[in-house]
Amino acid sequence: MVTTNAIYESLVKIVGKNYVSNQKEEQYFYARDGGLMPPLEPDYVVLPKTTEEVKEIVKLANREKVPVVPTGAGLALTGLVIPQKGGILLDMKRMDRILELNEKARYVIVEGGTTHGALKSYLQKHHPDLRHSIPDSPPAATVVANVVIHGQGRLSQQHGFNSDMVSGLEVVLPTGEVCLIGSCSVSSFWFSKGAPLPDLSGLFLGWFGTTGIITKLGLKLYPCKKMRDVMLFLTDRVELVPDIMLKLSHTEMVEDVTISAQPLPLRYKGTFWIMAYITGDSEEELEFKRKMVWGALWGYFESRDLGPLSVSPDMKAPLMSMPSKDITRFADVAKGGGFQYAGPITPIEKFPAFIQKLEEVAQKYNVFYASTTRLIGSGHCMMFSFSFSFNRANPDEMARAKEALDECSKFALEEGGVLWKADLDEQKMLMEKMDPNTLNLMKKIKQLLDPSGIMNPGNWEAK
Amino acid sequence: MIQQKYVSQIHRCFRCGYCKFPTDYSSFNCPPYRRFRFETYSTGGRLWLIYAWLKGEIEWSEHLAEILYTCTTCKNCAEQCPMKFAPDIVDWIVGARSDMVEKGRIPPRVARFFEAVHGYGNPLKLLRSDRAAWANGTKPYSAGDEYLLYIGCLGSYDENGQKMAKSLVDVLEAAGVSFGILGNDEECCGNEIYMLGEMGLFQNLVEKNSQKFKELGVKKVVTLCPHGYNAMKNSYPTLGGSFEVYHYTQLLRDLVKKNKIKPSRNKIKVTYQDPCFLGRYNNIYDEPRQVLQSIPAVELVEMERNRKDAFCCGGGSGNFVMDLLAGDEDSPARVRVREAYATGADTLVVACPSCMTMFTDAVKTEDLDGKLMIKDISQIVRGSLP
Repeated sequence: MVTTNAIYESLVKIVGKNYVSNQKEEQYFYARDGGLMPPLEPDYVVLPKTTEEVKEIVKLANREKVPVVPTGAGLALTGLVIPQKGGILLDMKRMDRILELNEKARYVIVEGGTTHGALKSYLQKHHPDLRHSIPDSPPAATVVANVVIHGQGRLSQQHGFNSDMVSGLEVVLPTGEVCLIGSCSVSSFWFSKGAPLPDLSGLFLGWFGTTGIITKLGLKLYPCKKMRDVMLFLTDRVELVPDIMLKLSHTEMVEDVTISAQPLPLRYKGTFWIMAYITGDSEEELEFKRKMVWGALWGYFESRDLGPLSVSPDMKAPLMSMPSKDITRFADVAKGGGFQYAGPITPIEKFPAFIQKLEEVAQKYNVFYASTTRLIGSGHCMMFSFSFSFNRANPDEMARAKEALDECSKFALEEGGVLWKADLDEQKMLMEKMDPNTLNLMKKIKQLLDPSGIMNPGNWEAK
Repeated sequence: MIQQKYVSQIHRCFRCGYCKFPTDYSSFNCPPYRRFRFETYSTGGRLWLIYAWLKGEIEWSEHLAEILYTCTTCKNCAEQCPMKFAPDIVDWIVGARSDMVEKGRIPPRVARFFEAVHGYGNPLKLLRSDRAAWANGTKPYSAGDEYLLYIGCLGSYDENGQKMAKSLVDVLEAAGVSFGILGNDEECCGNEIYMLGEMGLFQNLVEKNSQKFKELGVKKVVTLCPHGYNAMKNSYPTLGGSFEVYHYTQLLRDLVKKNKIKPSRNKIKVTYQDPCFLGRYNNIYDEPRQVLQSIPAVELVEMERNRKDAFCCGGGSGNFVMDLLAGDEDSPARVRVREAYATGADTLVVACPSCMTMFTDAVKTEDLDGKLMIKDISQIVRGSLP
């Protein structure tokens, strides 16, 4: 074991002194995220620029048995990149190039630290006919980090999780080899992450950086229509929401369906705001889709269980913005700079039960709540967020918010949901409930890929 | 007051990172973050560290102070932050700096900046008696003049700033404007002193300048520098200053409109740098462009990041002297001259002596000397006069 200083010097040799820090200020900041998990400091924060540098860092970490935690913008809020056992924290955001775009095969290859904001901007400027499934996390969120946690975005209703839209990977394995995953392993084209080969992308997606570091990513792009609109519907009949979601999905006309619920302002309490986004290349196409959506929901309009809401330009602008700034603004509802959400992936039939639980828990712990639900994959499931905001200057409120989240997660799991971007406590809950053979398989995979146990240790650690 | 405000509010930052971007998210628009790339150098990082320092979770260190002082107070963060407290962010940073100043815990370069302004009336530590050396017979302000032309420190002492000052004087004289300067009696405007958190010295400068203006009967001040414009427009009135303030580009725009200057020659392709203290701080975006567009032979092309999304030159908050963001290809001024050159313009036009200084150095480092000229608007106008 070399001394701490020797590791620092080795890191400086790899990336240059401007991009390594072992100073308190960087250790403090990278020890935490905006959520509620307790902070733990890295020993070093390193900003690599190339795959080669990442590879050398991983080899060094392997030799010295030092943990490595790759991070994007740290916006998962569940502490997934809080270095549980110290070591090297790799902030990937200097690897931010957009390397290639294939218009005819509709994919883009980006480096491991490219932000969603930069990709969106690039597509708008250079390829306005194409788009990607942008999530509603802030634009600093990286494309890779988002797929590593199985994020969702504006195209998830049609195309599934954002990780389903991956079309290839370059990964630095925990032992330092650089590995291509998908069609790019046998071809110069990055059009598929697996098929027709064995799909090895599952060894990395959803693993929170515990099995390797993604340094390049192929991402599928989709047609970007010239026009886009949002239709807003309101109901106070929570039990009808799953069916409304299904009916919207059945039209195959909507690109995105979200449902919002929040208790304030008071006029919002007890109502559910259903937003259906449509796109078209002409007003005629949009109008046709509007009619289809109206037709699908007409019965509810007639029974007055659901009403369309006219959307003023002031109201429409934030609904149309991608990503949604309103979701971020929730952090300041309590004027305290914090929010976290448990976002179980669950069958949509569970919506009423989850809403009831959310309201109960918020009342029990006296915390402010909101919920945004996103339909995923033509109604196969939804992401339901139990969101609680808190004041970072109020430790008691933070503790209550954490208890509320834990109770919601436990409930979601009991109800058949699967916890999304699970924090350490939730990972334990998941692994306890998981089929033992599946858990054992995960353990074997982890041991095979990361024999030294250096990659983001603490996460997905099966006992 | 500013200190109380930041102490009670600063924990509200969620570190979402919107503050790092321009409106279209195309690149990083926070100068220190663009330069250093550690999250600690972003606005969110800075605010979280300040809060940690307030709570006693981290000790003061030179590194902490350096992180705090690399902020150029360009206000991109306030423009982009989605939260209701967005307009207060720069005040929070200035408030924390003010605390550090009071505790005597500031980087040596900042301390030297204060000492120079306190002792010499300028941050360059040059003699007061040389302040008007550039002026070459320019008329001193006297009762009855319509405008006091306030030159500022860079315009008075910096070689490139002096060129701006001379050029502006020529244009104003050619247009028959009634004006005069303070010459060696001029004192630092204090804008940077405020942004760096030395509130006592700032107040002292405001009082001195305001008193001088009052004694001379000054009713209208026109500034060469957007930093001076900002201080006099927004801070002086709260401390008793009572006079109208204009930036010189506003005056030139009026002169063009009134046909008092008729630019004609000068066939060039230019791009324009919005100074932070003119644009984001005071919403002056159109006037400088209108002046440029009034010159028939000038073709104005925009950089991708412009107006409220303009990328700061890196000189704000005294960094035109202290230069805490220098030394790398990611230094803001170097990034920006590359961006300007990429537009195909042969001239990067500025309206601020700080931008002038930063970019003049950057074109040399980037080996763009001779390929991209740096000129201010008055130089463009003067060059186009018949």
